[in-house]
Amino acid sequence: MRDLSLHILDLTQNSVKAGASLVQVLIRDSAREDLIRIEIVDDGCGMDADLLARVTSPFTTTRTTRKVGLGIPMFKANAEGSGGTFSIASTVGEGTRVCGTFGRSNIDRPPMGDIQGTMLTLVLGTPERPDYLLRYETDEASFTFDTREVRAALDGLPLDLPDVVAWMRDYLKEGFEQISGGATS
Amino acid sequence: MKTIAELEAIRQRAKGQVGVRKDREGTRVVVGMATCGIAAGARPVMLAFVEEVNRRGLQHVTVSQTGCIGMCRLEPIVEVFVPRKDKVTYGHMTREKAGRVIAAHIVNGHPVDEYTIGAVEEQ
Repeated sequence: MRDLSLHILDLTQNSVKAGASLVQVLIRDSAREDLIRIEIVDDGCGMDADLLARVTSPFTTTRTTRKVGLGIPMFKANAEGSGGTFSIASTVGEGTRVCGTFGRSNIDRPPMGDIQGTMLTLVLGTPERPDYLLRYETDEASFTFDTREVRAALDGLPLDLPDVVAWMRDYLKEGFEQISGGATS
Repeated sequence: MKTIAELEAIRQRAKGQVGVRKDREGTRVVVGMATCGIAAGARPVMLAFVEEVNRRGLQHVTVSQTGCIGMCRLEPIVEVFVPRKDKVTYGHMTREKAGRVIAAHIVNGHPVDEYTIGAVEEQ
């Protein structure tokens, strides 16, 4: 994966497949602490202890088309390779939490990438379910995007309606412009 | 600054229109979005399809995602399902190719042979 936003897009696909109704993408981008933390929290079906123990292996996958699954192993490798950490916790019936931290100034830390593009792709790829909550925090500011609010305001209209897509794109763009003082690109 | 109140205006406007698409029939564009697709560049391809469909006001076309289609070496892969026609599968897709697939295939009904997985694999 070229950047962190692509890792996020990739890992959230696991949450979608787990049947989550809410997927939270929580990003802390702190120059002060020299840290980037990415957490993905879902309320999907979760994993049992056996699958959880095997899930960081590239030879574990739930797909049937081939025998390798690289999403989680590549995320873990990138986190640990930039002086960060990786953790994953899961409970059957409750959900899964994946967390990676990265040394923000580490030369091997991948760039943040296009978080707006990732969020838009998530919503448009799965417009009916789940809902997504993005929270992006820097030292100075924070920004939240919550599709539950969008859905409530639309009262049954689909999220992939062209006017709504344009609104979400502009909302995300403005939000990131506001906090871009402390954010990385 | 964009506000939630603007969404309510969009809702009012859309509810007044007869043509808000309720049917999920029609042409479907499906983009492979597993690890292989994402790493190969599926995200800009999917957003390009959505932008172009919206820009042209193609109300009968839906763009959605799927998991691994099984030919990871040909990602980004896009499948186009036109009612009563054979499925067409495109490989090594890009933003630029997306524009041409919309114009030639989805609007005018002529699949772009040179972008199909059969043709791409021979190259």
